[in-house]
Amino acid sequence: MTRRVLMNGNEAIAEAAIAAGCDAYFGYPITPQAELLEWMARRMPELGRAFVQAESELGAISMALGAAATGARVLVSSSSPGISLMAEGMSYLAGSELPLVLVNVMRGGPGLGSIQPSQSDYFQATKGHGHGDYRVPVLAPSSIAEAIELVPTAFEIAERYRTPVMVLADGIMGQAMEPVEPHFRTLPPCAPDWALTGARGRPPRVVRSLHLRAEDLEAHNRDLQAKFRAIEAAETRWAEEGLTDAEVAIVAYGTAARVARTAMARARQAGMSVGLFRPISLWPFPAAALRDLAPRLRAILVVELSAGQMVEDVRLAVEGRAPVLFHGRTGGMVPTPDEVVEALRRAFLVNQPAGEPSFDPETDPLGLICAMGGRR
Amino acid sequence: MTATTGPRVATAAPRLIYRRPELLAEDSTHYCPGCGHGVVHRLVAEVLGELGLGPRTIAVAGVGCAVFAYDYLRLDFCEAPHGRAPAVATGIRRVRPDAFVLTYQGDGDMAAIGTAEIVHAAARGELITAIFVNNGVYGMTGGQMAPTTLLGQKTTSTPGGREAALHGYPLPITEMLALLPGVAYAARGSVVDPGAIGKTKAYLRKACEVQLAGAGFAIVEVISTCPVGWGMTPRESIDWLRDAVAEVYPPGVVVDRTKTVPVAPAPAAAGSEG
Repeated sequence: MTRRVLMNGNEAIAEAAIAAGCDAYFGYPITPQAELLEWMARRMPELGRAFVQAESELGAISMALGAAATGARVLVSSSSPGISLMAEGMSYLAGSELPLVLVNVMRGGPGLGSIQPSQSDYFQATKGHGHGDYRVPVLAPSSIAEAIELVPTAFEIAERYRTPVMVLADGIMGQAMEPVEPHFRTLPPCAPDWALTGARGRPPRVVRSLHLRAEDLEAHNRDLQAKFRAIEAAETRWAEEGLTDAEVAIVAYGTAARVARTAMARARQAGMSVGLFRPISLWPFPAAALRDLAPRLRAILVVELSAGQMVEDVRLAVEGRAPVLFHGRTGGMVPTPDEVVEALRRAFLVNQPAGEPSFDPETDPLGLICAMGGRR
Repeated sequence: MTATTGPRVATAAPRLIYRRPELLAEDSTHYCPGCGHGVVHRLVAEVLGELGLGPRTIAVAGVGCAVFAYDYLRLDFCEAPHGRAPAVATGIRRVRPDAFVLTYQGDGDMAAIGTAEIVHAAARGELITAIFVNNGVYGMTGGQMAPTTLLGQKTTSTPGGREAALHGYPLPITEMLALLPGVAYAARGSVVDPGAIGKTKAYLRKACEVQLAGAGFAIVEVISTCPVGWGMTPRESIDWLRDAVAEVYPPGVVVDRTKTVPVAPAPAAAGSEG
């Protein structure tokens, strides 16, 4: 039997990246991801690999861009306010088609917000961080074991498609400790044929995102869009639990999915047939799977640590085939399983026959009544 | 000379006095008439060629007119976001210890939006050779005030001339960096005349040797012209460079902490700029 060890998410992600052959790490201290930087500060020099604590997140992502341009396997991590600064570099990396894995251990916002866990950067992560027409694959683990699994996958996607990839976690994922079987996957070294190595015996190479002629930039954008369609076709990931007989499905990712799973068990004990649909890739979003599922359901309940962000993608995906309810907490607050069970009870009251007790989600589209329920 | 018989004719053996450095592409540049970037590009090509560094150089282009340096210098190049060239170069340096790493930035890029990146790359003593072309304005965007703009100088964003009370004082980046122990070598050259260009080449060569010797960070500022941005003819811009700019940003070696790294004498000038 494999020995199980206690690790927190930040350390597990760092160690998974090291095992995957990460050549360089660049970061800047910010709570709640500082343990990841500290782990790398110790481990990378031990292994003769690159570690730099940068002057800012702008500096860190730019260092990562330079290292990635030489074909190195690069990891960068930060938390919400730092990701805003890294948005500049992410746009350049996407435009220059450079592989990179960026970990975002989300905290509450807007502004300086808090250092408590949050999922309020779903829009930022999935709709593009910086300027320009681009997409970045986003992988959202909901356990430390899954984070260990997804980090090498993130590097594989980054290198296969020459794109930055984001691993989206939150403060709980980053700082909570869980027992894990430390199966860290290794990847073969990469030596891409586009990398900057010095123009010895070959014509010079240029890593660039600037295309001043409109025709050239449009052609470049067409290529990028074709790549994004290929990623949508091949890299959409999700997990389903208890959906076979479910009348109501919870849609949740990351930490929210952990709460949802507990709520699902309690709801089932109370006689409610509830399942869980858990997006693992937030972009590409598993829209088709959700669209196919929707007609079988009485309602969908989206649970997030936000005021309602992924719920927009869920509504776009199901296109009215099922009513979509939302329950969320913000600012670093985490929904309790009982709150979610209460929201599920409402979900079972949607579209009741006339005369039966019913709930109209239009009266509470953001689930804030649920969120505040019992506290007023 | 061979002896001749019969009528005397000019028979001097052909002597090569000017040729394109191998690392300089054959294309003519997009730079405006009188712009100094072409001269600095040529010096970079000459120095890297003479040191045999072309095949191992990874250069970083800043944002501004000289982002297109990669069209003229036959080197591997990486574009950097505005101001971030020293950070991009740091990333390259840390994973490619065998590479020769060069940055090429203008004064808007380095002295305004990129101050944090240049200061910290220098403070870390990164083994990078930084080329800083200071023409006192944002050239590409239409000649707005840069941190380096002289007091009294008219630009498109200081139409009445730069006033200290309103716009602050010119920023002497190279002198500021020279305070940092990570900076092994800092010098300021000029493109004002052939003599100054020759000295600038010697500074560039030394700044490359500093990196090769692992001595620390090296920077060469080159004060240069932007006739279009300055609203002058190329001839007037040379006079302004000599009379006004060089007074605020005097050429010369600003700091040299490399007692052990000798400055190789610059080869006989092969250029004919001037």
